[in-house]
Amino acid sequence: MSVNFREYKIGARMFGLALGGSMLITLLLPSFDIAASVSTDVALDKQLSAGWDSGWQLGDPLLKGHNKPVKVLVKNDPLTGVALAQAETVYVYPAGTSLPNGVTHSDNLGAGVKDLSLEKGKIKDAKKESGAVFLINHGAFNGNNLPYVENATATKGWTPDAVMAKADDANVSHVGSGKTMFVREGCWWCHTLLPEQTQDWQAFGTPPMLGDFNGESPTAFGSDRKAPDLLHVGSRNSSKEWMMLHFFNPRLVQPHSIMPRFDYLWGEVDANGKKIDFDKWRAEYNEYHEGKRVAAPEVPMYAKDSEIRGLIDFVLSLK
Amino acid sequence: MLKYLFAKNEDIPAGSSAIYFGFSSIVWFVIGTGLGSFNAAKLAFPDAFVGGGEFFSFGHMRQVHVHAVIFGWISMAFAMAMMYITPVLGNTKLWSEKLGVWNCTLWNVGLSLGLTVLWAGMTSGREYSDFPWFIDLYLAVAVFIPLAVNVWMTILTRRTQGIYTTNWFFAAATFMVIIVFIVGNLPEFFHLTGLTEAYLTWWFAHNVLGLWITPVAAAIAYYTIPKVTGNPLYSHRIGHLHFWSVVVFYSTPAAHHLMSSPLPEWLKSFASVEGVLILVPAIAFVSNILLTMQGKWNMFVENLEVRFTVTGCLLAIPLNMQGGFQQTRAINWYVHGTGWIVAHAHLALLGFSTFLEGAAVYLGLQTLMKRKLYSLTLGNVHFWMLLIGFSIYWISMTIAGLIQGAGKIYEVPYIDVVIAEHPYMIARWLGGTMVFISNIVWLYNMWMTAREGTVVPAGRMPHEMAYER
Repeated sequence: MSVNFREYKIGARMFGLALGGSMLITLLLPSFDIAASVSTDVALDKQLSAGWDSGWQLGDPLLKGHNKPVKVLVKNDPLTGVALAQAETVYVYPAGTSLPNGVTHSDNLGAGVKDLSLEKGKIKDAKKESGAVFLINHGAFNGNNLPYVENATATKGWTPDAVMAKADDANVSHVGSGKTMFVREGCWWCHTLLPEQTQDWQAFGTPPMLGDFNGESPTAFGSDRKAPDLLHVGSRNSSKEWMMLHFFNPRLVQPHSIMPRFDYLWGEVDANGKKIDFDKWRAEYNEYHEGKRVAAPEVPMYAKDSEIRGLIDFVLSLK
Repeated sequence: MLKYLFAKNEDIPAGSSAIYFGFSSIVWFVIGTGLGSFNAAKLAFPDAFVGGGEFFSFGHMRQVHVHAVIFGWISMAFAMAMMYITPVLGNTKLWSEKLGVWNCTLWNVGLSLGLTVLWAGMTSGREYSDFPWFIDLYLAVAVFIPLAVNVWMTILTRRTQGIYTTNWFFAAATFMVIIVFIVGNLPEFFHLTGLTEAYLTWWFAHNVLGLWITPVAAAIAYYTIPKVTGNPLYSHRIGHLHFWSVVVFYSTPAAHHLMSSPLPEWLKSFASVEGVLILVPAIAFVSNILLTMQGKWNMFVENLEVRFTVTGCLLAIPLNMQGGFQQTRAINWYVHGTGWIVAHAHLALLGFSTFLEGAAVYLGLQTLMKRKLYSLTLGNVHFWMLLIGFSIYWISMTIAGLIQGAGKIYEVPYIDVVIAEHPYMIARWLGGTMVFISNIVWLYNMWMTAREGTVVPAGRMPHEMAYER
């Protein structure tokens, strides 16, 4: 055995030094910069609407969009029924739903936003077991106007049940489960969520800012762009009908698209509980494609609890 | 092979685990490139093969292809090379054949499970670290740590005083891949979010290539070329330069994958400079191997293993010229996120690295099974179909990427870019399908070698024997 050969002792130490130094520079040093980032409005909206995690998690092992909050537009006070001066967007976490990262680990919110959320927003009072309703508020911190997370269950007494009991289904948006669909279906293999800092401004909108991602997981930036960037797609196209046609078969609205069909996200039945006959639809579409039919077959309206509803809500939420 | 799982270590014939790994890697190569060909077809003909539901949708299959080739083909071919080359260079036996056989079995089981869950959509949503964390933990504990222990113990119990270049790389890379696996997946283990998650995703993706795939592939060439040509390695010192510059320069540029993200500017600039310095290990490696070929260039034509290895080395030249410069701010803005990068990734994994591993698997399986390759013709068919198929893929995707880059800066409506790229999508599918078919030929050739290859007498090397077919 020649383990103790002197050169290798020196070599092993040099190796540790080199790799350790590399990790110091590429991991430890950037961590200070990243930890210093302060959540923006965008980050709070993203993490509150997506919830704990949109990738694989114990609370949703098959990525069915479970363990997710819903985003609700509240027009009347859920307790008194009195119309609010201004409609509020709230994020409803029903009892048992994992709370978002900024609530469980408030350091992630960044200086100021964390303090406001803890003191004014009372986020530490939120409990997974009983659920909570959050909203984004703004307040002054050291002379700066900063957004913060407000636990409306603690500050206003708005419980998840009270909000959902009064909510009109048209004002309920399943952005959280939609983000799960976005991750599960691999939308991000082609659609990036990162307009580039160089030439993308005009076509795809502004690149994200530092602080736009706090608490979001996964960020799903994407790297291999084969399709338009979607970070601000909701600002370019806010038509639910267009999205519906496009997801069912992209060639209905864009003949040259190479996007796959996502008709299977409609599930078994349509909005009226009628079974969707996919084979018939595809056969009729093929006839239309070959010019044997004047119009394409009708795209069925999706059911309220279908997976596609969440995905469309998520895409439209990307403002 | 499965009968050796419960045999005594002494009763397992030397080379068993390497043979097991070798055949497993070829099977995964066939599966991985088959999936690649199918994925390419989905992009070229989006309305074909519908009706299968989510399991045949591109978004469910892309990551299965990527992980089958990286953790099935490439990493298992590496394990094969380690099980075979590490003991040879230490003039000893593999520390534990039994551990090797178990390692390969657990690897096949874990990878099959991991690919199945990915296929079902159970993903972390992080590119290259797509496996959910329970699979990541499994791969670290049941795959990479046992592999590393076997390699390290074989080196520690060697019967030579020095350690040859190849074994430095094997020992260091098996260590580094464990670190990369554990650190890169911290966001999943501890639910780290936001930019930390995004950055660590690319820290993992960069380092799994830089500290695992690239150095191990190069280490294999440091063995195959001197062994088959009979020339000593041109320079041990250039080998040192290669090794140390990999550790120092290749481990640092992770942020250059996210040049457009709001990461700290100092980090992006640092990463970009370090990224150019990757040319140091790259040039050291290529020059060392090509200079070792002095006087034996006839073998580039005549010998299959040398031809594979040297082709891989030659492909490292465009690979590193692209890699060094495309990540600088001056060029990155044009090609980032385009097919150019897809072409570059295939140049690294299917060009450079695959050709080097292919040589190791050819050489190792023949040596360990003591059988001459069944058919030179089929070997040549494999080589040329692989090279031509890859070249079609690489050239078509590079052109597609340049079109996309131009479309990006001139703000062409995106759909016009899709239309312009369509012919190249078809070409990519044809190239990828050629690669897939060539690997079926290879699997057949290797299977027939095991069954009917000419027996290589004791004390002889397979490359000294004549082909019979």
